[in-house]
Amino acid sequence: MLTQARTTSLPFAASSGYFDQRSASAKTGLRFLMAAMSSMFFLFLLSYILRSQVPDWEALSEPWQPLAQTGQLWFNSALLVVASISLELARRSIRQPDHGHSRGLLLLAGLSSFGFLVGQVAFWNFLTSRGFFADSNPANAFFFLLTGLHALHVVGGLVAWIAATVRLSRERRQPTEEGLALTKLSIELCATYWHFLLVVWMLLFALLSSSPGTYAAIAKFCGLGD
Amino acid sequence: MAYADDVENEELHEPTGFIWKYVWSQDHKVIAIQYSTTAILVGLVALVLSGMMRMQIGFPGSIDMDSTAYYQAMTMHGMIMVIYLLTAIFLGGFGNYLIPLMVGARDMVFPFVNMLSFWFYLVSVLVLLASFFVPGGPTGAGWTLYPPQAITAGTPGSEWGIILMLVSLIIFIIAATMGGLNYVTTVLQARTHGMTMFRMPLTVWGIFVATILALLAFPALFVSGVMMLLDQTIGTSFFMPDMMQFGSQLDYSGGSPILFQHLFWFFGHPEVYIVALPAFGLVSDLISIHARRSIFGYRMMVWAIVSIGVLSFVVWAHHMYVSGMNPYFGFFFATTTLVIAVPTALKVYNWLLTLWRGNIHLTVPMLYSLAFIVTFLVGGLTGLFLGNVVVDIPLSDTYFVVAHFHMVMGVAPILVVFGSIYHWYPKMTGRMLHDGIGKLHFWITFLGTYLIYFPMHYLGFLGMPRRYYAYEDYPFIPESAQSLNAFITVVAIVVGISQLLFLFNLAYSYFKGAPSGGNPWRATSLEWLTPETPPKHGNWGTSLPVVHRWAYDYGVPGAESDYVPQTTSPEEVPVHESDHDE
Repeated sequence: MLTQARTTSLPFAASSGYFDQRSASAKTGLRFLMAAMSSMFFLFLLSYILRSQVPDWEALSEPWQPLAQTGQLWFNSALLVVASISLELARRSIRQPDHGHSRGLLLLAGLSSFGFLVGQVAFWNFLTSRGFFADSNPANAFFFLLTGLHALHVVGGLVAWIAATVRLSRERRQPTEEGLALTKLSIELCATYWHFLLVVWMLLFALLSSSPGTYAAIAKFCGLGD
Repeated sequence: MAYADDVENEELHEPTGFIWKYVWSQDHKVIAIQYSTTAILVGLVALVLSGMMRMQIGFPGSIDMDSTAYYQAMTMHGMIMVIYLLTAIFLGGFGNYLIPLMVGARDMVFPFVNMLSFWFYLVSVLVLLASFFVPGGPTGAGWTLYPPQAITAGTPGSEWGIILMLVSLIIFIIAATMGGLNYVTTVLQARTHGMTMFRMPLTVWGIFVATILALLAFPALFVSGVMMLLDQTIGTSFFMPDMMQFGSQLDYSGGSPILFQHLFWFFGHPEVYIVALPAFGLVSDLISIHARRSIFGYRMMVWAIVSIGVLSFVVWAHHMYVSGMNPYFGFFFATTTLVIAVPTALKVYNWLLTLWRGNIHLTVPMLYSLAFIVTFLVGGLTGLFLGNVVVDIPLSDTYFVVAHFHMVMGVAPILVVFGSIYHWYPKMTGRMLHDGIGKLHFWITFLGTYLIYFPMHYLGFLGMPRRYYAYEDYPFIPESAQSLNAFITVVAIVVGISQLLFLFNLAYSYFKGAPSGGNPWRATSLEWLTPETPPKHGNWGTSLPVVHRWAYDYGVPGAESDYVPQTTSPEEVPVHESDHDE
């Protein structure tokens, strides 16, 4: 009844097909994970728009509010852009025979992501020091909630980044075909995930710093406003 | 090839020792049984709670239950049954056990994440049950947890119970996401050679599409849960409007309770199909196997599953007709709700056409399958009533709704759970469940549920409101309604106790059941073709199966037996074009 094996099928056989399989599975899994996360952020943003149409909403972007000055957040964004670009370059250079600058690029990505997190925490401190607490206005609450969740997703990404970094340094000490394939895969997954984090952050940043008029227009477009 | 086979064996890494084999296991079959056992145990808690509620309704004052305890029982019963039993057992239980076996994989693609999924699920259950022991007890907000009442003083468990409920749900969603990533990726990437998507058994299709729904819909529950948790704990006003309580203004302002309802039902309606689609898939396979007929309209069945999945995302506001909405929205949601009846009805017709002129074996799984078709039809037809705005408004919040949703998403899926356990238990244990006890359990459960829920439709027409603790002194409810309530309670207690038959059968047959052999139902799909029963770690021994045909070759002309396993080559038995498998 059972006929011959197909060695390329599952994570039990150490053939090149095994890595193809594992790589394809990991990429598919990551895509579905990003789809679930997108669903979550999308629903948060819809809630944000709907809630913004209630009169007690004090948009943080008004001229006298903290988000009128977005310098700090632009700086943080730049750090995340650096992380995303360096992971993309690392993904390309790991394919070169001597792995190019992949190690340095990977480190740069991790450090700038860490810097992004520090910058976000600094901005939260700035807000609370000026009396903008989560419970004082729904706009503040959404700001902390959305940026906090995004930061948690960056932290999750950094765990994967640590795994990729460990794999790369192990691969440099003891090069094996298996180690190289896993390292390539790790870096590729990190790069994809960071691009996703960057896109989500840009959307969040754009929305959080928009004017009340923009919210009203979006709400009207969605049929949510008056 | 011999070398490759050696490597395959070497890499199996079969765990040794009790802990690694049965507790911290990464084997999908063990995880499936862990998931199912936990789900059934927590389901028993919910069953006892429903018995207590029925005692209060049928015989008021007969047990020591005040209105607070009643609302807590109602809330926990609903939430446990929908999330922690049905969702967990269909995806975590059957999904875990059957997907790798049916697609010819050695395990899920991310076994470690799969193990984490179960442990997160277990923690979510423990957090939920812990709410029975916190000050104020579990939340009594109703399973929909609508704010503002869910977190306002006066609602049972509005301090600690609701927090534990929300935390538990958030943990459950993380567990379901980790499991879900495994199920979809395994289906897409780990199918064995020859197993095209359109050769997969419908069970896999049902669980696959339901999992995609879960991955996209559970975030809505997550979003609403997180925001309500913040409203409760740190005093934000996402959902909480301006409110006066005991003459003083609360600190909340401007929040939108309707927003919560939209988010909740954007999850809540797909949730119905997260439970129903696996049931559709499982029952399709049971009917085909036990009627010895190929499934009628396989591709139509697949597309029906997919289109029901898509449509389930655009019907959510039919749960909110009485919450107040633009009449055009009501029209839109009523229309989409009725449209979803089309693919659903197609499935029912196809099950009947599969049975038509079949060689029907009235085995216990078949009895449960037939009972499912009837019950799902009854529950579905009352859904047509409630899907229309003008009919729904007078029936809303009456026992008609209770009867409808218990029929369509309580009883119908549970019948499939029972049927499927009777069907796959031999593969899990190597022994048959006792047939006589199974039939007794079936008839009590099947007839009992009709005696319980059919009269509730009439109570609903009488205007008997749901969610009430006591029904005395309402002039519009006739006294005869109370007699009917007492009758329902007696039957419910009998049906509840009769579930011990099922538990006894599981335990008894494990030790004393007749040996089943590898393929007792003479089925074609891969899980019945494993070298050992129950399948060992790695499922397939030294080599993976190779698939040549779909899973429904029953009664093929010219074949020696009345079924042709999926691994039978075209040289032995020709593959027909009409098999829809390419």
